[in-house]
Amino acid sequence: MHIMEGFLPSPWWQIWFVLSAPFVIMGFYALRRMVRENREALPLLAVAGAFVFVLSSLKLPSVTGSCSHPTGTGLGSVLFGPFIASVLALIVLVYQALFLAHGGISTLGANIFSMGIAGPVVAYGIFIAGKKAGINEIVTIFFAAAFANIVTYVVTSFQLALAFPAEVGGFMASFMTFGAIFAITQIPLAIIEGLVIALVFKYIVQLKPEILIKIGVITQERAERLREGWA
Amino acid sequence: MGMKYGLEIVVAVVIIAFATIFLIQNAAIQAEPGEDKEAWGGADGLVADIIEGQGYEPWANPLWEPPSGEIESLLFALQAAIGAFVIGYVFGFWRGAKTTSS
Repeated sequence: MHIMEGFLPSPWWQIWFVLSAPFVIMGFYALRRMVRENREALPLLAVAGAFVFVLSSLKLPSVTGSCSHPTGTGLGSVLFGPFIASVLALIVLVYQALFLAHGGISTLGANIFSMGIAGPVVAYGIFIAGKKAGINEIVTIFFAAAFANIVTYVVTSFQLALAFPAEVGGFMASFMTFGAIFAITQIPLAIIEGLVIALVFKYIVQLKPEILIKIGVITQERAERLREGWA
Repeated sequence: MGMKYGLEIVVAVVIIAFATIFLIQNAAIQAEPGEDKEAWGGADGLVADIIEGQGYEPWANPLWEPPSGEIESLLFALQAAIGAFVIGYVFGFWRGAKTTSS
C-alpha cells in the first residue's frame, strides 16, 4: 500500500524525490556493472525482480480487517544489495502507478524511499549481521524479508506523519495513527513474506548454489551444509 | 532426512493458521448488524480517509485509473502472471540443466 497520487503536499514530495534519486542512480550503475561482469547471475536477477512483481500484486487480508500487500524486496536486496533492489522496486512502483492508480507519480520518490531503499537497506543489514554471527542463512533471510516489509510501512507512516502532523499531538500522534493502520496490518503479512522468501532461497540453494557462491551470498562450505542440513 | 521438508511444513502450517484467523475474523465482521462500512478494504484507503477528513485535498490525480474493479483485478493478475512466468521459467531452466548434466 503506497502513498496515493497527490497525497504528499509540497515540499514533501520533492524532498523524497531528492533523497531517493542518488540511491536509484547508484542502483542503475550497480546493475550495469553486474550485467557486464556476472552474466550468469542474470536469471537470478530476473527471479528477484519477478518476486517483487508477484508479491506486491497480492493484496492479502490481515488480522486488522483490512488488506495490504507484501513487498518482495528482501530477496533482491539480500542477493544483489540494496542499490539494485531499489531499481527493482522502481519498476514495480511505476507499473502500479501508471496502470493501477496504485501509488502515484508525484509520490514515487517517497514510495521508492520506503519500499526500494529503507526496506532493502534493513534487509541487507540483517543478512550481513546474521552471516557474521554464523546464523543459518535460511533463518536470516526470513528475518531480512519480513523486516524489509515492516520497515517499508513504518517509513510510509513516518512520511505521512511528517506531512500531516495531527493538530493535537503533532507528528507523534499522527505517526501512531498511521503506524497503527499500516504497520499492524503488515505484521502477519511480513511473517508470510519472510517464510515464502526463505523457502525460495532454499530452492535456489538446491538448484543453483554456484550462482550464490559466485556473487558472494554464501560460501561453498555453507552451501553444502545448507543442502545437507535442515533446510 | 526427517527434516528435509521442515521449512515447507512450517510454511503450510502458518498459511493454514492465517486462513483460519481470516475466516474467524470475517465471520465476526459479517455478524455485526447494520454495518455499512466496507470490510477488508485497503489500508491505504483508510489512511486516505483520515487525511481527507482533516480537510486535505490531493493536488494530483492518477493519470489513468482502471475503469472498473474487473479491469483492476485483470491488471493485478497480469502483474502476478508476468512474475510467476519468469520464476517458473528460470527454475525450470535450472532444473532441466541440472538433470541433463548429471
